[in-house]
Amino acid sequence: MNFAVIRFPGSNCDQDCLLALNALPGATAKVVWHKDSSLAGFDAVIIPGGFSYGDYLRCGAIARFSPIMQAVKKFAEDGGTVVGICNGFQILCEAGLLPGALVRNRGLHFICESTTLRVERHNSALTNATWTGTLLNIPIAHGEGCYFADDTTLRDLHHNGQILLRYADAQGRTNAAANPNGSCANIAGIRNRAGNVFGLMPHPERACDPLLGSTDGKILFQSLLAWPASPLRKHDAENLPASPLPPVSASL
Amino acid sequence: MVFLAALMIKSSPVKAIVTVMPKPSVLDPQGAATAEALKHLGLESVGHVRVGKSIEIELPDGADEAQLHTIASDLLSNPVIEDYILEIQN
Repeated sequence: MNFAVIRFPGSNCDQDCLLALNALPGATAKVVWHKDSSLAGFDAVIIPGGFSYGDYLRCGAIARFSPIMQAVKKFAEDGGTVVGICNGFQILCEAGLLPGALVRNRGLHFICESTTLRVERHNSALTNATWTGTLLNIPIAHGEGCYFADDTTLRDLHHNGQILLRYADAQGRTNAAANPNGSCANIAGIRNRAGNVFGLMPHPERACDPLLGSTDGKILFQSLLAWPASPLRKHDAENLPASPLPPVSASL
Repeated sequence: MVFLAALMIKSSPVKAIVTVMPKPSVLDPQGAATAEALKHLGLESVGHVRVGKSIEIELPDGADEAQLHTIASDLLSNPVIEDYILEIQN
């Protein structure tokens, strides 16, 4: 599977993504510069983390207008798999490829720490090598990672099975204490309605080597590789029963 | 006099000022932190404080209001979380 890792001025997790992906059998990852306009020959696109354009104006606001984003939009419309990690998630939200927005962390601080994520749905390209309810240990590193969407959007996300990862405690409870940044409904990762565009704030590429304290991130990349042949794929349109949505307050 | 007026126009081009504010429904932790700081400075009666930004755009060739609205909603603000006010100063 050929991965394009998009590099914007200010991307800083592109090398980590390349290393993590190229270490997996069956994966070949190459950098694509943001001024390029073609994604021909690639099977999946990764938009890595960092501070594209210095996070000026809003995180991802300027990167969204880079030439490559037209190709990313077309790629996504044609059903191609697109994964935005951290700043990549912010860019995909700004570009309208994913619903909602990422705003300043509730506590105002930049947070760089390990988090426990609960898989909400294993029936997806990003999570099919796990099971619903699996806990993953993957770090976050962001100042603007508080996922915000209005109540209607949150309900749609829930009912369409678009919430894939939520911040949880060690027991898997997705409560306020386990919420590092104030994200609505503890949301850490979502996908679009069609199921081919993904965004997550945690950094799986930073959890792919025992030296880094966790290899759980690898499972998400392995999921992407396994998806084309996954028997789950044909059930993808069906919504798995999801856990009930907690009371949502836009101003958690 | 006409010459002078032309000079004056030239020295102060049209300016668009876009004020971007977080929507009331969106948590504004910067505003909350600022409100706390104001209390510490002795301003005891403080209601909600919200922090936004103001963007000044000089337009030597004049302003196209419709275009400015597009720019304000597509780039300068994110309609999911922010509202904007466009003001054009001649």
